[in-house]
Amino acid sequence: MDLAQVLPLLLGLAWLTPLASFAAIVFFGPRMGHAGKGAGYVAIGAIAASAVLSILALIAWLIAHPLGGGHDAAHPVAAIAGEWYPLAVAGELKIAIGYYIDGLTVAMFAMVTVVALCIHVYSLGYMHEELHEVTDPLVTLANGQTLKRRGRFHRFFQYLSLFCFSMLGLVIAGNVAMVFVFWELVGICSYLLIGFYIERKSASNAANKAFIVNRVGDFGMIVGLMALWSGLGTFSFDEIFQQVRPAGHGPAAHGHALTVPDGMVRFAAREEIAAIYQGTPDARQAEHAIREQLPGWRAEGLGYGLLVVAGLGIFCGCVGKSAQFPLHVWLPDAMEGPTPVSALIHAATMVAAGVYLVGRFYPVFTPEVLLVIAVVGCITLFIAATIALTATDIKRVLAYSTVSQLGYMMLALGVGGWVAGLFHLFTHAFFKALLFLCSGSVIHATGTNEMPRMGGLLRKMPWTAGTMLVGCLAIAGAGIPLVIGLSGYYSKDGILAQLYSFAGQNPSYAWLFYVAAGGAALTAFYMFRLWFMTFLGSPRDEHVYAHAHESPRVMVVPLVILAVFAVIAGWNVPGTELGLQPLLEQARPLGTAEGASQGLFLPTLTLPAEHLSHAHEIHVPVTLLAFSVAVAGFLLAAVIYWWRLLDADVISRMFWPVHDFLRNKWWFDELYQFLFVRPVLAGARLAAGIDRVVIDGLAHALAGAVRLFSRFDDWIDRLFVDGAVNATANVTYEAGLRLREIQTGAIRQYVMWVAAGTVGLFVLAMFLWSYTLAGP
Amino acid sequence: MINPVAEPVSLMHYLVVGAILFVCGVVCMTAKRNAIGVLMGIELVLNGANLNFVAFGSPYLQSGGAPSLGLDGHLMALFVIVLAAAEAAMALAIALSFYNAHATVDVDQANELKR
Repeated sequence: MDLAQVLPLLLGLAWLTPLASFAAIVFFGPRMGHAGKGAGYVAIGAIAASAVLSILALIAWLIAHPLGGGHDAAHPVAAIAGEWYPLAVAGELKIAIGYYIDGLTVAMFAMVTVVALCIHVYSLGYMHEELHEVTDPLVTLANGQTLKRRGRFHRFFQYLSLFCFSMLGLVIAGNVAMVFVFWELVGICSYLLIGFYIERKSASNAANKAFIVNRVGDFGMIVGLMALWSGLGTFSFDEIFQQVRPAGHGPAAHGHALTVPDGMVRFAAREEIAAIYQGTPDARQAEHAIREQLPGWRAEGLGYGLLVVAGLGIFCGCVGKSAQFPLHVWLPDAMEGPTPVSALIHAATMVAAGVYLVGRFYPVFTPEVLLVIAVVGCITLFIAATIALTATDIKRVLAYSTVSQLGYMMLALGVGGWVAGLFHLFTHAFFKALLFLCSGSVIHATGTNEMPRMGGLLRKMPWTAGTMLVGCLAIAGAGIPLVIGLSGYYSKDGILAQLYSFAGQNPSYAWLFYVAAGGAALTAFYMFRLWFMTFLGSPRDEHVYAHAHESPRVMVVPLVILAVFAVIAGWNVPGTELGLQPLLEQARPLGTAEGASQGLFLPTLTLPAEHLSHAHEIHVPVTLLAFSVAVAGFLLAAVIYWWRLLDADVISRMFWPVHDFLRNKWWFDELYQFLFVRPVLAGARLAAGIDRVVIDGLAHALAGAVRLFSRFDDWIDRLFVDGAVNATANVTYEAGLRLREIQTGAIRQYVMWVAAGTVGLFVLAMFLWSYTLAGP
Repeated sequence: MINPVAEPVSLMHYLVVGAILFVCGVVCMTAKRNAIGVLMGIELVLNGANLNFVAFGSPYLQSGGAPSLGLDGHLMALFVIVLAAAEAAMALAIALSFYNAHATVDVDQANELKR
């Protein structure tokens, strides 16, 4: 069969299987096995089937499109685009459920399903408490007791399935409208899962925060979508890319330089077009004149602003979803959800969506937008890394590390490192899922999130400690320089190399490189600080230590699998070009291989082509630099938290202003509280006050008047209408009572009356009618 | 003023006897507390009326040339007798029933419907 038919089928099935699992659990979840335990197996079965299908699709793809061949001119990008079902057609405008499958899609499918499968299996062990009645010690009821509730095991897996379905739908989507729908579905799933312990105030607040902060980003995204829709008249990726990157355009060998599409030029030049139509009576002639004018207008830069707006708008949505500065505040709070959810959100689904969309939309971004992406990513990575230095909650350290790594990805994408950024997305997914599941294992064993209460757990939990060490090494980018390394070593080097190449071309933006390199040191520091504090040293809390134990096998096996992936995800199959990086290189979007031309608003900016960063004179120094900063970070962490040559408390007291600043997360929450939350709440209170005083008052006054009138009406009713009826009744009744007295019931009396009456009648007749009766 | 006793028997005499019978019956009905007595009074009243019918129907008792009722009077009398028989049967049944319920036939006791 043809690949163009097989792949949509395979991936479509892989996409819909979790939905089937979700539907099954929705309807039959509580009845699946004891307390819904079967729901877990159903969800695992679904995601496992999904993973198998995805891997089959990956294999099919690799067979059809061997890696390492480079792009040929006829088929610059191997991609399969199509539609499953058209939802709405209006003239030439069309919205459909479609697919866009290229190397990135296939790789994302495999990664998401495999990571999600590990997380599902792990959840089976982690969530076992939910199988019976749960006592939540963190929730105090109004009567002073702690909350007791039914277990929600099946509901957890139900949400997980929906989450996977949404994320896969987002990845396979063939148009932006579909992406937006699944974008929101991913958002609602994260909302449901972050607020899984809904009775906890902090959890419901965190869920709300995640959702509302994402709304802010989505607003920008809708603006971007509108700009695209009005300018291009299509949502389909395929058509957008063809319009924005037309073949044979531009100086580069492959063509496909970024071009402002006709629709946007026409929109920007609508006044000139109106003038032409007025001056030329014949519509066909006018259209011809406009066509001739188009290149000139495009050269003047008309419509370029709209393209920038579209790019910035799309990126705005990605900022919200991928927790970039300034919308990064929701992600650390999302730690309120169960740990497997954190792993899923941070590794495979929610936050990956933003980076994925930036990667997918890459051909549309102008150099200006890319610079914004790079700067935002850079700021994010620095802020988050510094906050992670002082956090003591084990999951929060990881959360800030995620934010920081997402910053790296954005930064890489922003400076032209398309492969580097997405490569990091993949490797990060594996080791961050691993790290989160390890932290979940620790939390499961100790019952606390606070690292200062842990310590010395290495002996109690060797498997968790070992796999987590692998994760830490991977995220820090450990390896033997220039020889071999863990997955993070390759992806981080790719990013830094591209940054170095970028800094070489644009000296005024060299600071991006320095911040990123410094961030690598911070990464190594906070990750090993976490590991040392948790697993080494003497137990700081005897009670916690005595309670700790290694997690059950169902939780350890996923850790080992993920650890293996964290090690090998960056490697190519020996002797071939078969690997993640070549696959992404093959999926590189149209016209981005050559680096970007100068933007209209920033003529001095140059985005170097990515393959230049593989050059020896860039690659070697950057690798050595990255390795040495990581080692520096590691050594610093070891000095303070392992060998304890320096006392962390003394240092934090010495630098107390900095420490306080970081402990309070740069005061972001307080700032937003002051800038946005308070004014909104004040506005809401004002509106509520107006409602209560003015509108309610008006309604109440109206109601009072109506009541008064009806009371008057009631009075009239009672007095006159009822009075007349009652008076009639009373008179009748009284008359009846009087007449009743005649009826004595004594027969003899009746007879006497009859007789007397007869006599009386005769007497009367004699007196009154005697004359008339007498007759003639 | 004519003396009826001195006159030959005429219609008037029958009427007087009928009136006396009627009045006796009425008095009996009003005075008797016994239901059977009241029934007897009724029979007297009916017979007084019957006497009038028969007297008016007799061809021998014409006064002043006024036409007699003829056989109509007799027929009416027969009707009254039949009705009286039926009425007596009904009334006795009622009396018996009342006796069964109240162990008395005193009509003054039969005033329950008043309440």
